[in-house]
Amino acid sequence: MKIVKVLGTGCANCQNTVKLINEVAQAKGCEIRLEKVEDLQQIMSYGVMSTPGVVIDGKVVHAGGIPARSKVEGWL
Amino acid sequence: MNSITDTGQTSRHAPWGWLVLGCIAWIAAYASLVPFADIAIAVLGLTRETHPGEAVHFFFYDTPKVLLLLTGIVFLMGVVHTFVSPERTRAMLAGKRLGIGNVLAASLGIVTPFCSCSAVPLFIGFLSAGVPLGVTFSFLISAPMVNEVALALLFGMFGWKVAGLYLALGLGVAIVAGLVIGRLGMERHLEDWVRAMQATQSADYEGETLHWAGRIDAGVAHVKDIVGKVWPYILAGIGVGAAIHGYVPQDFMASIMGKDAPWWSVPAAVLIGVPMYSNAAGIIPVVEALIGKGAALGTVLAFMMSVIALSLPEMIILRKVLKVPLIATFAGVVALGILVVGYVFNAVL
Repeated sequence: MKIVKVLGTGCANCQNTVKLINEVAQAKGCEIRLEKVEDLQQIMSYGVMSTPGVVIDGKVVHAGGIPARSKVEGWL
Repeated sequence: MNSITDTGQTSRHAPWGWLVLGCIAWIAAYASLVPFADIAIAVLGLTRETHPGEAVHFFFYDTPKVLLLLTGIVFLMGVVHTFVSPERTRAMLAGKRLGIGNVLAASLGIVTPFCSCSAVPLFIGFLSAGVPLGVTFSFLISAPMVNEVALALLFGMFGWKVAGLYLALGLGVAIVAGLVIGRLGMERHLEDWVRAMQATQSADYEGETLHWAGRIDAGVAHVKDIVGKVWPYILAGIGVGAAIHGYVPQDFMASIMGKDAPWWSVPAAVLIGVPMYSNAAGIIPVVEALIGKGAALGTVLAFMMSVIALSLPEMIILRKVLKVPLIATFAGVVALGILVVGYVFNAVL
């Protein structure tokens, strides 16, 4: 099981990213645990400057905008 | 979107053919703006000699023109953004001195992708990488104010001279305000946890490298995102503009916002702009209508800069990382800069 974290302060783009990842995970039947990190200090601790960012198993894989669907499919 | 499912970007050729077709269609559409508006009012049974006819003609000419310009420039910027990530900008600014650093930061603010909801992470990210506070502020002021949407709209409605002046003066305000804040040495007015952060070295996120197919995709995505979001504002703005255009008497604004208006009209315009929170797209059509009715360009541009650069919501977000004296200084310095711009514009033009 993959642990996926979406880093973002709660703007529309972050919410859409969460939704997209959920959709793709369901479509692929892939089990993930999705967390939303909204605390600024925690976000900063990943070194991400432009939100939303995506962290999979502790590694930053994306930052700055909603990821493309194909990219999300590649991660899961 | 399209049905392309492969993710390997090297395996796909860039859609140059579509890009060329798109350019031709764009130019053809831009060349037929006036005939389009003429036909539109003819179909509605109106003529330009009447008030409603003039208002409707304005609407049908301006709307497609502004949307076309916006689409073109936003697409270009979407492609440019794939070359300049915030991470790269930060690396270029780290350790730069005041002065040259401020100029560089303000210029990079134009081309670096920026969304107001990541203003705070960006702010901290810059500081923690060793970008000086004053330089960071130059970036933070320039990025929202001198953006592609504002420039595209100004260019569409007033021509390249006004767009160029706005670009130069916006950069000027960002550079000088950042310099002043840097000189004042206000680092102690950062929130404590932010200062603690400065010492830690953050992990570097390696942005992926894109090929041209990916860059063009990014441009298209940017257009969908921005134009999809702002078109209702533009319609509303041009609607208001059209109403003023057709009905309000020619010199209605001249006594309040015109060249001969009292000296306080510029500060008043800035003050009115602060609580208003709109993006460039929503405000510029109104601006055009105001100028059409005799308002002075400097006063109106000061109003516009104030609406975009000094917004109450942004300051509330910044309060998470800045103490009140620093926010007050930031707002004060930027407001002062905008005032100068307003007076200079009014005096020169």
